[in-house]
This record gives sequence, C-alpha cells and structure tokens, in this order.
Amino acid sequence: MPEDRTIQELGLDEYKFGFHDPEEYFFKTPRKGIDPEIVAMISKHKNEPEWMLEFRLKALESFFEKPTPTWGGDLSEMDFDEIYYYIRPMENQGRTWDDVPDDIKNTFEKLGIPQAERDSLAGVGAQYESEVVYHSLKEEWEKSGVVFMDMDGGLREHEDLVREYFGTIIPPDDNKFAALNSAVWSGGSFVYVPPGVHIDIPLQAYFRINAENMGQFERTLIIADEGSYVHYIEGCTAPTYTTNSLHSAVVELIAKPGARIRYSTIQNWSHNTYNLVTKRGAAYENSTIEWVDGNLGSKLTMKYPAVYLLGEGARGEILSVAYAGDGQHQDAGGKVVHAAPNTSSLITSKSISKGTGRSTYRGLLKVHEGAVNSKSRVECDALLLDENARTDTYPYIEIEEKKVNTEHEATVSKVGEDQLFYLMSRGLSEEEAMAMVVNGFIEPIAKELPLEYAIELNRLIQLEMEGSVG
Amino acid sequence: MLKIENLQVEIDGQEIVKGLDLEVGKGEIHAIMGPNGSGKSTLANVLMGHPRYEVTGGSITFQGEDVFELEPDERAKLGMFLAFQYPSEVPGVSVANFLRTAVNSVREEELSAMEMYRLIQDKMKIMQMDPRFAERYLNEGFSGGEKKRNEILQMLMLEPTLAIMDETDSGLDIDALQVVAKGVNELRGSDFSAVIITHYQRILRYIEPDHVHVMLDGRLVTSGGKELALDLEDKGYEWVRQEFGASAELGKG
Repeated sequence: MPEDRTIQELGLDEYKFGFHDPEEYFFKTPRKGIDPEIVAMISKHKNEPEWMLEFRLKALESFFEKPTPTWGGDLSEMDFDEIYYYIRPMENQGRTWDDVPDDIKNTFEKLGIPQAERDSLAGVGAQYESEVVYHSLKEEWEKSGVVFMDMDGGLREHEDLVREYFGTIIPPDDNKFAALNSAVWSGGSFVYVPPGVHIDIPLQAYFRINAENMGQFERTLIIADEGSYVHYIEGCTAPTYTTNSLHSAVVELIAKPGARIRYSTIQNWSHNTYNLVTKRGAAYENSTIEWVDGNLGSKLTMKYPAVYLLGEGARGEILSVAYAGDGQHQDAGGKVVHAAPNTSSLITSKSISKGTGRSTYRGLLKVHEGAVNSKSRVECDALLLDENARTDTYPYIEIEEKKVNTEHEATVSKVGEDQLFYLMSRGLSEEEAMAMVVNGFIEPIAKELPLEYAIELNRLIQLEMEGSVG
Repeated sequence: MLKIENLQVEIDGQEIVKGLDLEVGKGEIHAIMGPNGSGKSTLANVLMGHPRYEVTGGSITFQGEDVFELEPDERAKLGMFLAFQYPSEVPGVSVANFLRTAVNSVREEELSAMEMYRLIQDKMKIMQMDPRFAERYLNEGFSGGEKKRNEILQMLMLEPTLAIMDETDSGLDIDALQVVAKGVNELRGSDFSAVIITHYQRILRYIEPDHVHVMLDGRLVTSGGKELALDLEDKGYEWVRQEFGASAELGKG
C-alpha cells in the first residue's frame, strides 16, 4: 500500500528541498573562477538566444582587459578566482537556518521580521508568503500592459525589447565590474511601462525576493515609455546574506519623453561583501529620473548612480545616504551629465561615519557645450559620530557651457557634546540621543521613502550604531 | 529636595564655582542673580550634568540622591529639568517628534498618539504657539524668543519637580517674557520648585521668588527675600561688588 510507505522509507527526506522543485532549480557552476567555458555554461543552462551568449563572451573579454580600478576603495584583496559566478537559488535553499551567521539572525530578531520571511531573506526558505500578494498585483499590472518579471523571464518573453535596450545605457566595456556583470548576469528585474500608464503602488522586488532577484550579479532594466510613471523599490532593509563576497549589479533605466522613474534602494550587505554596482539612467525630453539610494553594511561599497540628461527639459535627482561603521568604506555619490538645454539636476549625499568607518563622496557633474540654461545643485553632508571616523569629498566638475547655473555645497559636522547633553537632559540615553541626531540628519532622504522603508532604515542605522550587527 | 554643599567646579583647569551652598525646598522658587562671569550658567549646567565641567569638590543631592552618580537622562527621570540659555539645534527632528520621545522617556511609559497630540496642543496653547510650530525642526532657524518658548513648552510637557532656568529671560521682549512667566506659573505649586538664574530682576516681576540669592565670583554672597532683587536693581552689581567683593576675594584662600 503506497499510503503506508513513509517519506523516510523512500529516502526523500534527504532531498526535501529538491523534492518540490524541478531539477533545473539546482545548478551551480562546476568550479570557482571565470572563463569562456563557464560563461557559455551559464548561457546554455538558461537556454538563451545566441546573441546573448555573444554579448556575454564579448563582455568577458572586456572584463579581462580592464584593470581593477585603483581610484576608489581598496580592491587589492579582491580575488576573482575564488568566486562561484553562477549559483541558482536552489543551492542557497540547501542551506539551513543554522548556517546563517548570528549577527544576521540577531538583526532579523531586532527588526521583528517573521520567521518565514527571515528564512527567505537569508536564502534558506522555499517560499515567501508575499508571493500571493505579488501575484494579485501582477494581474492588475498586466491588464494595463505593464511588464514586471525577472530579467531571465524578460529575455524569454520580451526578447525584442530586451535586445533593443539591454546594455545600451551601460555598455559592457563601461567599467570592469559592468563587464563582469554583463558576462555572468543572472536575475534582477525587467520592467516595461506602456505610454501614459501611471503605476500608483511601487513595484517592489521585495515581493519576489526568492525569485533570484538578490543574486550576486543581478541585472535590471526598466523602460518607462512616454508620459508614464513608475516607482521601483529594490531590495529590502534586512541584511542580505551571501556566502560569496562580491556583489556586482547593473541597473539601466530609460525614461522616454515625459516619463518619470523613481528607483529606491536600501541595501544592507553582510560585512564581508564588496558591493560594486553600476547604475545609470537615460532621461529624454521633459522626463525625470530619481535615484534614492541607501547603503549600509558591506566591506566596501562603490556606487555612483548616474543620470544622463539627454533631452531638453529633463531632470535628474540623486539622493544618497551611506553609513560606514567599523572597518567599512562607503564610497558613494552620484553622477549627472547635462547634454541638453534647460536640464536640471540635484544631488544630495549624506554620509555617516563611526569608529574606523570611512565615507567618501565621489561625484561628477558634467555640462556639455550647448546645454544652455542648465541648473545643477550638489549638496554633500557628512556626519562624524566620533573622533576616529573619516570622510572625504571628491566632487569632479566639468563645465563646457557658459550659460549654466551650478552650486556646490559640502558640510562636515560632528555630533556635538552640547547636542547630546541637550537631548539627554530630556531623558534620552546617550545612544538614543545619538540615534535621534542621526535620524534627523538622514530625514531629508528618509522622507522620500515609503513609510515602512523609512522606519526600517532608521531602525537599521540604530542597530548598526549599537554595534549589534556584525 | 535640592541640596548643594561647598560646590567647586572647574572648566579647562579654571575654577569657576568656588564653594557654593544652596538648599531648595519643595514648592520653593529661588532666584540666583549675578553679573556676567559670576558662574551662574556653570552652576546650571553642572546641576544637569554637562560633561565639560569638572566638579572638584562638594556635593549635590536631589530627592536624597547623589546627582554626581547620575547621567543627565537619569537626572531628568528623577524630575530635574534645565531650560537652556542656548538650546542646540537638531536638524531633521521635528519639535513634535522630540517632545514625544522626551515625554515617553521621562515618564517611562508610552502615551498613545492621540493622548500625545492632545498634550502637545494643550501646552502649546498655554505658550501661545502656532500648532504648525510642532512640525518645525528642533531649534533650527528659531528666533531667540521661539527658542525660549520652546524650552518652557518642554518644561510643561515633562512636568519636572525641579526646574533650573538659565537666563530664560535674556533677549525676550516684554510680551514673550509674560508668556514664559505664564508657563512657569502654570506649574507653580507644592510639587514644583525652581531655580531661576538671571542677570536682571525683570522676570521676577512676573514670577515671584520666595528667595533671592546674589552670586559673585563663584559664590552666593548674600541672600534675602524678593525685596533683595529690587535693591539690586536700584543699586546695581557694582554695589554688590563693593559690599561683598572684598570678602569674596578674601575667602579665596
């Protein structure tokens, strides 16, 4: 009688994770390191069209040719041969909760994240209940022609669109890490918003975190057609745990005339991770691109979201906040290129450094000849929480047009003894007082986030300050 | 409830308070008057526990507890309050958010959002403040008068048993001064004591003190009733210096 046979008898408990999932979910490159064979294997495994394989292989050549950049953070300990370049999520799911480091567990605990969600975030769970929510929203979006799926799915189902735009905003030879991503990319999101469609609810990759979104080399492409609006929220505020030490994503945005894209990220990497991300958007006539970018955790982050203002009247805005705790270097900022008349931009960068943490603002403002009546404002504020913390500012400005208006302002402040005393005299402990000053400092950025993300950002920074996270 | 004995305080190696004694009983209002540089503000900051000042001798007890053993937040929870002469700016933190956090910290219980909202509105009304004031960032861009009103607003919210007011009257016009005095008189009662530190006797017309002390060169050199404040106004600090300065110098030892 089949009913009498137990799972143990069948030996299926050994494969309890594999049991429910098709074989294709369980795949890893056979060895560490990268070469054309590995790249071909990834592409073949995904059943990709020939042109994508060629794209990948060409990108790999660029990766080999380009030297590791030395102008930013210290990458000298980065060993490209010690990384698995492609692991399907099934491999992650093979891990158990016990494998997750204590610091990550503690953070989940303190954030009050339910166990089911924690499993998913730590890459140990199978399904996340919000999938259900995601699916009902998805039906609504599909009615208006919105496409929101993972990048692999996008390539399968919308090959023409992907082929037209993929790698056009950030070409594979743009920089070493963009080249690497182009060669081995996997996961990420593909979004297309048809002309005139306004999506009221932010698209949240959070809902389908298990669907390979948080891979090491995710690739995201968002196309907002004429007059449309979309707010995309990437990642989540819980620490993203990865056994690999390199995260290198590429995000490309295209805002057609009159469109507006807002892209919000709060990322919190485990403290051994190199987080090297290339993000760039092309803004056409009267369109707007806004990056809201929060960087926590990681060993070194190098990330400078960029907006190319290509059409008259286009607007770009970059809001960036970074927290560098002990042993961390946050090298972040933004780039804006004004290539058309009457374009405007605003970069607001806020960094917080504590202990041996170091934060760097690195920004580029470029105004091409002919971009008359362009306006730009760059504001970078650094807050130091103690004596040892360090901050640097590298604002590069290249202006080829005379009829422009640019402003640059940089401030460095320390949490003052008087400020702390004032708050403590009102009953706040020293830690609470410090947290209040920091939360106030990032308020201009937090208020741009949906409330639940803003609250979590504040709580996360507080946790980092307490030193209770790794 | 507050007892200061032979208090000596230094800042950056310089002695500022040189053996000060003061006792404040329950429900009493004391005024400490003195010229600039007499050590008045140092006394206020030391009472609340500012880390920059070094206490080199003497003792302060409040409600029977040695306050030197307590951090500023613990002193606040015990019922002490300092109205700052120069309150710090905290950009990005709204007055409402700050008041909420402070009240919940000092009371060590959480008021509901509705209760808190009502409490803030009530107290702002007493201080004749526009409700929109609560949305502004703490002390950022406040005028001198707004800062002082905001200090008294916090006092009304926290309901301390001992308020130390460090030159709250300085820089206020007569209307603002009356509002500030109204706030203090609101709390006046058998459970509320105050030490009002001031250069001028003006504020004492609106807040009648039980005791007046004159501070000179780090000591209280003479004490009396409210009439002492009027004497001082007539005769000026020069009179105090001539009368008490010499003995103060002698006492320096």
